[in-house]
Amino acid sequence: MSFSESFDPAQIRAALARSRDTGVDEVRAALASGVATLDAAAALISPAAGSMVEEIAALAHRATVERFGLTMQMFAPLYLSNECVCTCTYCGFSMGLDIRRKTLRIDEVAREAQTLGARGFRNILLVSAEHPKHVGVEYVAQCVRETKRRAPYVGLEIAAAEEADYRAYVDAGCDGVVLYQETYDPVVYAEHHLGGPKKRYAWRMDALARASRAGVRHLGVGALLGLGDWRFEALSLLAHARWLERHCWRSQINVSFPRINPAEGGFTPAHPVGVAELVRILCMFRLALPAAGLALSTRESPDLRDRLAPLGITHMSAGSSTEPGGYEHPGEAGEQFELEDRRSPADVASSLRALGYEPVFKDWESMRTPATVAPA
Amino acid sequence: MSDELIIGGRAFGSRLILGTGKFASNEAMSAAVAASETEMVTVAVRRVDLDAPSDPITAHLDRSKYLILANTSGAATADEAVRLARLARSAGLPPWIKVEVIPDPRYLMPDPIETLRACERLVADGFVVLPYIHADPVLAKRLEEAGAAAVMPLAAPIGSGRGLKMAAAIAIIIEQATVPVVVDAGLGVPSHAAAAMEMGADAVLVNTAIATATDSEAMARAFALGVRAGRMAYRAGRAPEYTAASASSPLTGFLAPIGH
Repeated sequence: MSFSESFDPAQIRAALARSRDTGVDEVRAALASGVATLDAAAALISPAAGSMVEEIAALAHRATVERFGLTMQMFAPLYLSNECVCTCTYCGFSMGLDIRRKTLRIDEVAREAQTLGARGFRNILLVSAEHPKHVGVEYVAQCVRETKRRAPYVGLEIAAAEEADYRAYVDAGCDGVVLYQETYDPVVYAEHHLGGPKKRYAWRMDALARASRAGVRHLGVGALLGLGDWRFEALSLLAHARWLERHCWRSQINVSFPRINPAEGGFTPAHPVGVAELVRILCMFRLALPAAGLALSTRESPDLRDRLAPLGITHMSAGSSTEPGGYEHPGEAGEQFELEDRRSPADVASSLRALGYEPVFKDWESMRTPATVAPA
Repeated sequence: MSDELIIGGRAFGSRLILGTGKFASNEAMSAAVAASETEMVTVAVRRVDLDAPSDPITAHLDRSKYLILANTSGAATADEAVRLARLARSAGLPPWIKVEVIPDPRYLMPDPIETLRACERLVADGFVVLPYIHADPVLAKRLEEAGAAAVMPLAAPIGSGRGLKMAAAIAIIIEQATVPVVVDAGLGVPSHAAAAMEMGADAVLVNTAIATATDSEAMARAFALGVRAGRMAYRAGRAPEYTAASASSPLTGFLAPIGH
């Protein structure tokens, strides 16, 4: 059974309802159990656990150091295109918006990758809006191949795809796929995804399992915080991540919980998520999924990023641009959303060092190239 | 009397091997390596910037003092492990390879089938091969037959610091081995390392327990002492273990003179 078939929002809501009356002792029992069940995870983000944030954060910090040491993986997004056939209420690339549209040529992709390489990055996440014509499978595969010449790790954050398409990306050198469900509430999902292929909630939900079957090694799940109730989104996201851990056991699972930032559409989130809630979500994920990578982007402020680093974050972007071509020629195309952390990669790295963390720019080697299949 | 560890025809004065991951900085890593008095350190090929003229990790390790044992961390198949090993060698690292073939990113358990395949190919390719394995005595023998220079069974899940959870199986591996046995992964404190050496392990490999200690340099020194103590105890020949008390001086010795 696929995740979309097994996922029942009513079960998530029932677990959250039970957790409303959870006491401090039950939260401690949930922690002692290794946060084994959804009820235990719900206890960690329950109202009662609100008074135990420091205690939970200390455990989250310890779990992070045990698993990942005192290191931070650094990556950078490279935007390929902001041309989009989807209408999504919160996104700066949404189809109807009057922004300057651009899809990078392959030589432009190469130059952007080169610029990022010169800044130290060896882990590049190719990002694109959804446009079957301008951003087709062969184009994306070509972009992966081109980027792979400059970075040993290439990830994709693009439209949900078929298994065969993911296989083409893997063959081109794709190491990871990031695909946020945005919201796990099907009603809220329909309210915000008004047109285009992204309307298909269940098809999107099962995309990462298709990617894993195609051989993608790293799967990134996420919820866009602000669209729905934060507790519902966090617990649903955990259920998704755990389903992937069990069914796609060969793939590393990474989790993100981006908060909505102002975008071109002037969108205001119905359920804004504060820093206190963000901290509780982060700590819950670290303790419930000790092996998962947890990523934090430049959507968050420098000060907050420094403070969240020890609580469980393992991956950070830095010096990002969210417009296609934005590293070489900033300001020539529309950006997806506004960034809070505009420090240079070198500044982010030295800030991490001051916190006692080694920023790791290279942590991957191309595992699959023609040399791999050459006879011994 | 000299008590060197011999692996792949090379002698090592220390029986402690260090991993280089998870440290707060490369400076902290090289300080811990020095304090441990090790002569062999393992480095993940995937972490090394093979194109960079001065890679930040290997630049912090004096090659005249330490053998750099490249490892294939990140590989999920024999093909990938072989590729990483060859990349390391062509980048100028020694032809020594710690084979890690780990398809499971969650518990980081090695794949026995792919590990054996990778070892067969890398031995044929001229590498000194040290495979990281689950504590599986039959696999250890199979790897020996395939030409492995040592076997590296795990004590407990990697990074867990839980100690010799696999002691019963490791004891069989040690008893049967004709190549050095390096207990790798899961050792959390120097007493765990000492216990492994007391059992007769030839060496231990430690990373997380040192890298994530509050004072990694002091912890490296403590592990060096633990390994030395355990080895010394093993060579001294332990006294047998009894369930009943046994006095160190005979309680009834006085009877002898009045005996018949």
